[in-house]
Amino acid sequence: MIISLDPLLTEDFTATVIAIVLLKVLVIFVVGLVATMLMVWFERKTIAGMQNRVGPNKAGPFGLLQTLADGIKLFFKEDLLPVKADKFVFRFAPYLSFVPAFLAFAVIPVGGDFRGDTGGIVTWFGHATRVQLADPPVGFLFALAISSIAVYGIMLAGWSSGSKYPLLGSVRASAQMISYEAALALSFGAVVLVAGTMSTSGIVNVQETLGDWHVVATGFVPFVIFLMAATAELNRPPFDLVEAEQELVGGFNTEYSSIRFALFFLAEFMNTITMSAVIVTLFFGGPQPIRIGDTALDIPLIPNDLEGTVWLLGKVLVFLYVYVWLRGTLPRLRYDQLMNLGWKLLIPTSLGWFMLLAAQNVGQDRGWNTGVVTAVSIAVILICVMIVQAALKVSAANREREGSVF
Amino acid sequence: MLLNQFLLLGAVLFCIGVYGVIARKNAVMVLMSIELILNSVNLNLLAFAMRSGTADGHTFALYIIAVAAAEVGVGLALVLLIYRNKRNIALEDLSEMKG
Amino acid sequence: MVAQNIFFAIFAVIMVVGALRVVTSNNVVHAALWLVTVLAGAAGQYILLSAEFVAVTQVLVYIGAVMVLFLFGTMLTRARLGEETDLNNKTWILGIPVALLLFGTMSYALIDSFGDEKLPEDATVVSTQVISDQIFGPYLIPFWALSFVLLAATIGAIVLARKD
Repeated sequence: MIISLDPLLTEDFTATVIAIVLLKVLVIFVVGLVATMLMVWFERKTIAGMQNRVGPNKAGPFGLLQTLADGIKLFFKEDLLPVKADKFVFRFAPYLSFVPAFLAFAVIPVGGDFRGDTGGIVTWFGHATRVQLADPPVGFLFALAISSIAVYGIMLAGWSSGSKYPLLGSVRASAQMISYEAALALSFGAVVLVAGTMSTSGIVNVQETLGDWHVVATGFVPFVIFLMAATAELNRPPFDLVEAEQELVGGFNTEYSSIRFALFFLAEFMNTITMSAVIVTLFFGGPQPIRIGDTALDIPLIPNDLEGTVWLLGKVLVFLYVYVWLRGTLPRLRYDQLMNLGWKLLIPTSLGWFMLLAAQNVGQDRGWNTGVVTAVSIAVILICVMIVQAALKVSAANREREGSVF
Repeated sequence: MLLNQFLLLGAVLFCIGVYGVIARKNAVMVLMSIELILNSVNLNLLAFAMRSGTADGHTFALYIIAVAAAEVGVGLALVLLIYRNKRNIALEDLSEMKG
Repeated sequence: MVAQNIFFAIFAVIMVVGALRVVTSNNVVHAALWLVTVLAGAAGQYILLSAEFVAVTQVLVYIGAVMVLFLFGTMLTRARLGEETDLNNKTWILGIPVALLLFGTMSYALIDSFGDEKLPEDATVVSTQVISDQIFGPYLIPFWALSFVLLAATIGAIVLARKD
């Protein structure tokens, strides 16, 4: 009854079909874990380069096995359980943080042959399938929903630790994450407006040429908003106040030690990889090659079926580097600055841009003059911006006069 | 799948929710029991929507989810206010207008 | 169709056990977590009912926002770790016959009217486009009313929670 757009699951459930699905699950899980390990190394080496030092270079060639060494060390540390902790929730919270990253990775297309007309469908063992684990028609909404479950891991971790600092850190973290979810969803709405579908394979299929990539087709603004909101969702710098060692001792993972702490740490990096893959799929065409007009850039020496994966890997690496770059260069935002940015800048901007795109869409459907539509919508947006600025000025004046009322 | 299995599941959740509203003293617990009731109604609506093949039930289920979110927002603001004034949220103590 | 019945049974057991633990738990945060379990089971049931969009919206809105709000409200009103033994009314025992009577009446009415009616087996997943046609078509005015309700709830919650 659940009809997905994946041609593999509309056939009968033979043993080969089940084996292909299990193979996909295994590959995603293993690749996710290995990629997390390599991402930690990549970040430490790049940050070291930016800070003019060497970084890990002892464990394995170029320090590649450093994460493994850290993991083994953490595994052998003593596993503390605070006396006032809520035992079941304390043990359960790291998994609530760790599992959503893998689940969200299930709907992301990691390859496929987009060079011809096949639309990304490859043939494995005689069965036509897409190179992703699942492809429901509401694919990306599913990814958003799963990433909103990640809030629970942090919130419950802080509460169940039974002490002040973790509770404060976790309340701040969850407030930050749910504030930026709205901006995330609104800029995702702009992409859905342009693409016409919410399924991941559909969104990737629409972005054929370089001018069709959603970063260009939706204007540049939803991409910027999505990038900032995603950085805040991941608790990455410059929005990493919740893990600020200088202020909260350790934030929500103060009382966590050994393998549980490792799980939180790995969860953050796995979430980073997943969110980079989501950004690439939404805005940069995922496994699509760079195609201008009709000519697509061809990577020599790689068979057609694997080219999609190589393109996706390259694009995801660019975004992982961007995240590390943001960590190395930007100072941390204060908490009230963070909340101001999320509520007062990102949400109105993404909403206004969504309205702009909707007006353009309706105008094209009904054959209105594009210039007139653009001029009228810009005028309306300017009026709204002035109203919002006036409101902010009035509220700031009120707050100064009365003192803070919260 | 029978239609009745979904409707009976909805009925069970509804009755558990009603018990929760009657028996619980803490305001937040009563709100949670109301959430149970709303979810049982959603289940009912979607089962009938599948039976009739239209999407009306889905639309109403979405509206109910939105209304539940609004209600929880206001309800928790009220709970916060009660907590500020009385330092506990037992509904039995809110009887100042009695008599 | 056997697989769907098995999944229905699994989700139904999880939901009923979760709901019972919500109304009998001694700790507010534990009750909230059991409610999250019930909501997740409900989302699974919606997928069995070909309602994919509503299922994902349930996870996104109910589990991702409403329950987080619940947990915030509980933590800000100082949820104490460990058991609180006074979460039930003095007259809680009256709730059991009321609930049982209600369930008896409802189940009799349901079994009597619908009997062994089966759901259509060839139902397709209701796509988002059909739902949006319904929302912006016949049910547009409830949609506007709902947006006013949400606006009123937002303003009301802010005004209620201010410190003056």
